[in-house]
Amino acid sequence: MILLIDLCYRDGSLSRDEFVAPVERLLRRIGVAFTIRHYTTVGAQDLESADAAILCGTALMDTGYTEHPELFRWLLTFERPVLGISSGMLALAAAFGGGTEPCREIGMADVRVLAPDPLFAGQEVFPAYTVHEYAVQVPGEFVALAASDACVQAIRHRSLPLYGLLFHPEVRNEWVVERFLGLVDRQSP
Amino acid sequence: MKLGVLFSGGKDSMFACWQAIRKEEVACLITVVSRNPESYMFHTPNIRLAALQAEAAGLPLVEVETAGEKEEELLDLKRALLAAREQYGIEGVVTGAVLSVYQAARVQRVCRELGLWSFNPLWLADQEAYMEELIDAGFTVVIVGVFSSPFDESWLGREIDRRTLDELRTIAKKYQVTLTGEGGEFETFVVDAPFFARRIAIEETSKVYRNYNGVLRIERAGLVAK
Repeated sequence: MILLIDLCYRDGSLSRDEFVAPVERLLRRIGVAFTIRHYTTVGAQDLESADAAILCGTALMDTGYTEHPELFRWLLTFERPVLGISSGMLALAAAFGGGTEPCREIGMADVRVLAPDPLFAGQEVFPAYTVHEYAVQVPGEFVALAASDACVQAIRHRSLPLYGLLFHPEVRNEWVVERFLGLVDRQSP
Repeated sequence: MKLGVLFSGGKDSMFACWQAIRKEEVACLITVVSRNPESYMFHTPNIRLAALQAEAAGLPLVEVETAGEKEEELLDLKRALLAAREQYGIEGVVTGAVLSVYQAARVQRVCRELGLWSFNPLWLADQEAYMEELIDAGFTVVIVGVFSSPFDESWLGREIDRRTLDELRTIAKKYQVTLTGEGGEFETFVVDAPFFARRIAIEETSKVYRNYNGVLRIERAGLVAK
């Protein structure tokens, strides 16, 4: 079971269709089971039954999730695969003590792979859709996997399968999500 | 949150408007009327009827004209959003962008510059589910422009009902076109929507058509009770 987490400004918001629904449809197409929770309603039971978690992005103006760092502390002990997309990457990095720095990219950007990893194997440069106002300062326990001309676009924990992507893989790079799901050891269908 | 809906009169922006009405407060509709029929950003057939659609919906309309040249269009869009903010206090903008990264990114940039939220509730929508929902929800949508084969003159003025949707499905499979007309294969005009207090009655039309390229011009239309 994949835990798909909505980081938008409220549960059932107008942004949900834009940032959560496309990932939801992708998971359905790939054929994996998932549950959707707003970040404010993720419970112990949800975390326990999840084989992996995907944290979705938010609108550019939407930074409400940054005001609740305590709601992302579970990431420190989750230890199963995590994919943080855009704002989800910022939340993941923040949980591990990573700061942010201003970096606005809106539209397509070339992403260059910097370090070998199963997620990007065989890729050197690919165009990706970006909508972000900030980039992460890579936390000490993470390595940078890919970058655009402007900032780091992908990070991974040094020993755990915790990934952060600044670009939106659900737009034109669905293969990245498929590969991530390939890393998930599923306990349940 | 008070929102303005960037609005062309076609099904996508109308459906996005309806999504927005159900979750936030839509304060106004915003149209950028292009004088260039080849506009990169803003589609043109019958856009002048947006005022009638706004009246049907009971929403104020902010209308700005553009010469329709590529970069100028962005300044005109900015002007329109500023006017909507000033007159109606909007805090965000809704668009009907479905697949166009180009269109979505440009609107997002202008919104960001102005400190406005940006919403694209149809983003990457499943075309089949979207078209079904459009019909189920009670939208009446008419095809008013055709721009590629096999859409000939007979398609101009056709309502997208279940039968038409079935035909579109067959065509989408055979000709590699999108079910929604997202690739610019056809353009639509909404004559009724679930949030309209009255619907639009098309009274007089004319057709300009040649070789799978044509538009249905709505010469005269009015509002009637639903």
